[in-house]
Amino acid sequence: MRVSRRAIPYLLLLPGIGWLILFYLYPALQLFLVSLWTGNITDGYQQTFNFGIYAEGLSEYSPWIVRSAAYGGLATILAFLLGYPLAYAIAFKGGRYKNLLLFLVIAPFFVSFLLRTISWKIILADSGIVLGPLKDVGLLGDDFRILATPAAVIAGITYNLLPFMTLPLYVALEKVDFRLLEAARDLYAGPWRPGGTIVGAIVGGAILALAAFVLDAEPLIPAAVGAAIGAAVGTFLISEAFVRVTWPMSLPGVFAGSLLTFIPAVGDFINAELLGNPRTQMIGNVIQGRFLEIADYPMASALSFILMAAIIVGVLLYARVLGTEELTGGRA
Amino acid sequence: MSAQATVRSSPARADRGRTALGRKVDRWLLPVYTMAVVTYLVLPVLVMIMFSFNDPTGRSNLIFRNFSFAAWLNPLGRPGLAEAVTNSLWVAFGATLIATILGTLIALALVRYGFRGRSSTNLLIFLPMSTPEVVLGASLLTMFVSTTKLPFVPEGLLFPMNIRTILIAHVMFCISYVVVTVKARLQGFPRHLEEAAMDLGANEWVTFWKVTFPLILPGVVAAALLAFSLSIDDYVITALTSGQTDTFPLFTYAAQLRGIPVQVNVIGTIIFVSAVLLVVLTTLWQRRQAVRDFAPQRTPES
Repeated sequence: MRVSRRAIPYLLLLPGIGWLILFYLYPALQLFLVSLWTGNITDGYQQTFNFGIYAEGLSEYSPWIVRSAAYGGLATILAFLLGYPLAYAIAFKGGRYKNLLLFLVIAPFFVSFLLRTISWKIILADSGIVLGPLKDVGLLGDDFRILATPAAVIAGITYNLLPFMTLPLYVALEKVDFRLLEAARDLYAGPWRPGGTIVGAIVGGAILALAAFVLDAEPLIPAAVGAAIGAAVGTFLISEAFVRVTWPMSLPGVFAGSLLTFIPAVGDFINAELLGNPRTQMIGNVIQGRFLEIADYPMASALSFILMAAIIVGVLLYARVLGTEELTGGRA
Repeated sequence: MSAQATVRSSPARADRGRTALGRKVDRWLLPVYTMAVVTYLVLPVLVMIMFSFNDPTGRSNLIFRNFSFAAWLNPLGRPGLAEAVTNSLWVAFGATLIATILGTLIALALVRYGFRGRSSTNLLIFLPMSTPEVVLGASLLTMFVSTTKLPFVPEGLLFPMNIRTILIAHVMFCISYVVVTVKARLQGFPRHLEEAAMDLGANEWVTFWKVTFPLILPGVVAAALLAFSLSIDDYVITALTSGQTDTFPLFTYAAQLRGIPVQVNVIGTIIFVSAVLLVVLTTLWQRRQAVRDFAPQRTPES
């Protein structure tokens, strides 16, 4: 009896974990082996353990790798900037509309990712619902366009992943106890000055400078504008109670949300494909194209393996630094 | 949620000691901001629904011309569309069923039992969720391709790729999400109810079906809904593991290259409306269950 009871958890695990070993771990190993093949689709492949392909892939495709990291990072930051106030508003000020608002945040999930992105293509079209009227009244030049620019790709990724950022932030903010905020105010926590002004200016300036850099624009003016906006927000909207109570308690949500956004964002290629141009392609486009269009299995596998390894190492480091075991289930 | 809210003091009281500007922000800026972002989130959905009533000239459904029910009266009226939708539904139902069972068993093992290898199990659950979809698809593709060299895999089972390989892939990426969802429900599970059942002479099997399962059912249903919506919407992994088989997302993607037929919007709208209805119905059902479970206990106390 004792032996059989000890076997129960393993019996429960066996089918599911077996599936993951056969169809996740083993294929990952196979991916690595295929990356070390040499040959082509017509003459066949041999296992040659040609490790040089990794150096070759890294040097040949570094623009795509850098672009993916930049677009993914920027989209994650934008989703955070949009999602944090939204999650805050729903959690603290939602009142009886809380469930309705949450429902509206997840409603886009019920429409296919592809159809949503195609909808943006319709909305942002060169003479579509938004740009058409603006051009008619002469606010924009006739050749102004959003589609087929890096901005459209980043906006598309941000849109598609905003719920992934908002929901974990909401879950964390929902747990903040209002009594702590009251206590903070009773203890004379007021507006956060001058800390808010300084931090706001630095963060705002840095974000817009980064955005300008990614979009190939001159970073100086955007940085100044960002610093001004950030300083204003920091001075007038951020309270000391927020900095001391709400923000630290929302950190697990920030951690989970940024991972849930950044990982799919880096690997995404649908937005780059539908909303971008050939010069906005990301590493996902290269991998997909190499596999399906020209059947260059070794290089496509090597690039996939680089992407997977970089993300897993990054995630584990990030988890170590922030000390959140929750996501990897360490707390069970 | 509501039980917690009564314990806490109200958010209105927390406004005490705010500046006039702070109150204005709370009253005007946050609601306006929330409305704006929610509109931004929902706008593409509305556009999709609107364009399902379009009567486009030519092939591309990118500019709204005339209102028409034509596509709604003939939602599958495109060559290949019916087959693609049928394939998608089969894969989604199959993947949901298998992944929900396997994932629920894993969640039970993780929460209920102490055993060696728990942390590596947790890691194995976490890894597929932190691997980009294109890599998941790519590694399965290389695996399916290389099965041709293995002597014990029957020829034609996994390669050329077909609906079976799509199903395998979908189950794989759904399992982790099921585990996470059911685990969330299992934590804080009232273990004493099971102990009571066992004390009253029920064996483990009866206890599971009479006590444990009804209690975790809402979590299992939520996990199944999540798995279904992940599966029916998947493009990236499916594109790499489908071979010549078509599914609805693959059909949509191929169609957008030459102009999307209105029928795609119609089917997208049908999926959206059914999903919304399902969620509303399960929410109502769970609320009724909660009332049924807790109402009788409250009356004698008060």
